[in-house]
Amino acid sequence: MNIIVCIKQVPDTTQVKIDPVTNTLIRDGVESIVNPFDAYAVEEAVRLKERYGGKVLALTMGPPQAEAVLREAIGLGCDEGILVSDRAFAGSDTLATGYTLAAAIRKIKIFDIILCGKQASDGDTAQVGPGIATQLDIPQITYVKKIEKIEDNKLIAHRMIEEGFEMIETSLPCLLTVVKEINEPRLPSLKGKMKAKKIEIPAWKAIDLDIDEVQLGLTGSPTWVSKIFTPPPRPKGEIFEGAAEESVNKLVEVLKDRLK
Amino acid sequence: MDIRIINEKCTGCTICTKVCPFAALTMHSKKAVIDYDKCSLCGACVDSCKFDAIEIKRSSSRTPNLEEYKGVWVLGEQRRGHVQSVVFELLSKGRELADKLGAELSCVLLGHNIKDTAEHLIHRGADNVIIVDNPKLEHFMDEPYTKALVQLIRKYRPAVFLCGATVVGRSLISRVAVKLHTGLTADCTGLDIDPKEGFLLQTRPAFGGNIMATILSKNHRPQMATVRHKVFKEAVVDTSRKGKVIEEELTSTLLTSRTKLLDIVEEIESTINIAEADIIVSGGRGMKGPENFKILEELAQALGGAVGSSRAAVDAGWMPYSHQVGQTGKTVCPKIYIACGISGQIQHLVGMQSSDIIIAINKDPDAPIFNVATFGVVGDLFEVVPLLTKKFKEVLNK
Ligand SMILES: Cc1cc2nc3c(=O)[nH]c(=O)nc-3n(C[C@H](O)[C@H](O)[C@H](O)COP(=O)(O)OP(=O)(O)OC[C@H]3O[C@@H](n4cnc5c(N)ncnc54)[C@H](O)[C@@H]3O)c2cc1C
Ligand SMILES: Nc1ncnc2c1ncn2[C@@H]1O[C@H](COP(=O)(O)O)[C@@H](O)[C@H]1O
Repeated sequence: MNIIVCIKQVPDTTQVKIDPVTNTLIRDGVESIVNPFDAYAVEEAVRLKERYGGKVLALTMGPPQAEAVLREAIGLGCDEGILVSDRAFAGSDTLATGYTLAAAIRKIKIFDIILCGKQASDGDTAQVGPGIATQLDIPQITYVKKIEKIEDNKLIAHRMIEEGFEMIETSLPCLLTVVKEINEPRLPSLKGKMKAKKIEIPAWKAIDLDIDEVQLGLTGSPTWVSKIFTPPPRPKGEIFEGAAEESVNKLVEVLKDRLK
Repeated sequence: MDIRIINEKCTGCTICTKVCPFAALTMHSKKAVIDYDKCSLCGACVDSCKFDAIEIKRSSSRTPNLEEYKGVWVLGEQRRGHVQSVVFELLSKGRELADKLGAELSCVLLGHNIKDTAEHLIHRGADNVIIVDNPKLEHFMDEPYTKALVQLIRKYRPAVFLCGATVVGRSLISRVAVKLHTGLTADCTGLDIDPKEGFLLQTRPAFGGNIMATILSKNHRPQMATVRHKVFKEAVVDTSRKGKVIEEELTSTLLTSRTKLLDIVEEIESTINIAEADIIVSGGRGMKGPENFKILEELAQALGGAVGSSRAAVDAGWMPYSHQVGQTGKTVCPKIYIACGISGQIQHLVGMQSSDIIIAINKDPDAPIFNVATFGVVGDLFEVVPLLTKKFKEVLNK
């Protein structure tokens, strides 16, 4: 079983704050982390390897420092990592990102399963996984919360839907995007950490891939941002303190008209 | 880098330094200067500059025959033959956009034995309902649905395509957008038409809700966007409305699929899907144990709402993950969100802070949840919640 897991380095959005004076995002000192959903994809990839044998390759596209997430993935049990990094990729929207990652996967060539997170926390788009699958023309199952089995070149997974789940069978190769419920990620092992420190991680540039320059980065992105603004702050709320009975009465009083 | 300041045109007005969300622009000897380490190429400055002094190298590609793309389409997502409520919300917004463009609104319906629903979609504002009725489309599967939609869009060329940000919508439309090589903006909270050029203005939160961004797909059609449940109001039913029902045939060979649906399992505990609920009562670590969620269920029941939870309560095994609200759970925007024993960490807030009314019940007056609360009660939830249930029942039964 050859597995590729796509992971993204994201700013820890929970630390991003707005400077009240300049109204700009304060990014200094904000840590970069592995996209939370991708941690589950990494864990699932390693579990599949443990169950069925094979190899796990972690893949990321990003600036040079994104290499850190690959080392983290190797510490958690992935066998190797590939960084796809070039100035030409800067400003990519989801279409250009999917295009570039698909090109890298074509170069890797051998794979049975591609795992992605459900979505990245910096954009929450959930588009890149299906984007890669479409570019590679392989089937996909999104929102996977369980991989039941892999047999005879077929995989059966549980896909989370609003009211429960669907059991879906797909032929291989395929792409899956995973939700948090799928597993509980382990901590890195000492052996893994040692390996992660030493391993050499190849960095592929645009010229290393068989791609069309105009489809990359900003020039390959149909969507563009025309305006950025801070949402109006929530008006200050009304807080009731004191005896519970009294607070509840006041609350019900202000709410009752809006409930009908 | 693909962005630069044209010094001859820069007048030193400083407007761009104020709009840059990353503080990447500063003034030096009365000219704007870009700090390339901070610039994320978002392009917000380019649109703000009145003197065209900032140049950014943009997409040179263009959808061929772009002018021929007209009209607004809404995907009529159905499950087991029932059109999802988000479709009605999109039809009301779609109607508004179509009217601004002076164009038609169409709803596209894929499924099997679904023709009866067409009329209702017209009553909800559609001028046309385009139906593909085929047993292979009975249940959603990525590949046949993608192929059907791509085929229809290539034939009819809508300028705008809207779809619910549901599980189905998100996986389907991402594939369709790639096939059509066009732009797609996920989870829009605002949609409008640019009065001058007729572009679709797609506004969505970015960076975990810290800022909002307005996004355009100037050179590609259709302009595609997804919208979550409850962001727009449902279209009202007008039974006097008339429209056209167009049935499209697609060859079955086009609708083959490499994935197969084996079973659908409904989980009883999630009787009300929190993403769709108008009122959500959520509990956190302050609930102390799974047995205590009963008091939240009672309150939710009295109000006709659903029960949600923080991650702490899910991790403790008190509530199933399908109820988790927040960054790694669901994003919700009900009319009323009642947070009980939830401290209000940012990962929780990003999942619920766009709710209309937020009510916080917490014994710690300094809990951050009170910063986003419309109303707050400082007190012991085990005392406050049952009282609230009782009072609400009283006023609602009157
Ligand atoms: C990558 C990442 C992703 C995450 N994603 C999510 C997510 O999706 N959703 C999410 O919710 N969290 C998420 N978290 C976790 C988040 O940071 C918080 O740990 C979590 O939200 C805390 O849950 P809580 O408010 O229930 O618990 P606590 O923070 O422990 O708060 C409990 C609150 O209950 C109050 N309380 C206690 N007893 C009573 C009582 N008797 N009456 C009234 N009030 C009482 C206390 O004053 C306190 O404020 C994430 C964290 C990380 C790092
Ligand atoms: N730059 C990237 N490098 C590697 N994987 C990515 C990248 N961007 C997105 N992904 C993958 O696609 C998923 C969805 O991302 P998004 O569409 O940005 O929400 C993530 O969880 C990752 O698995």
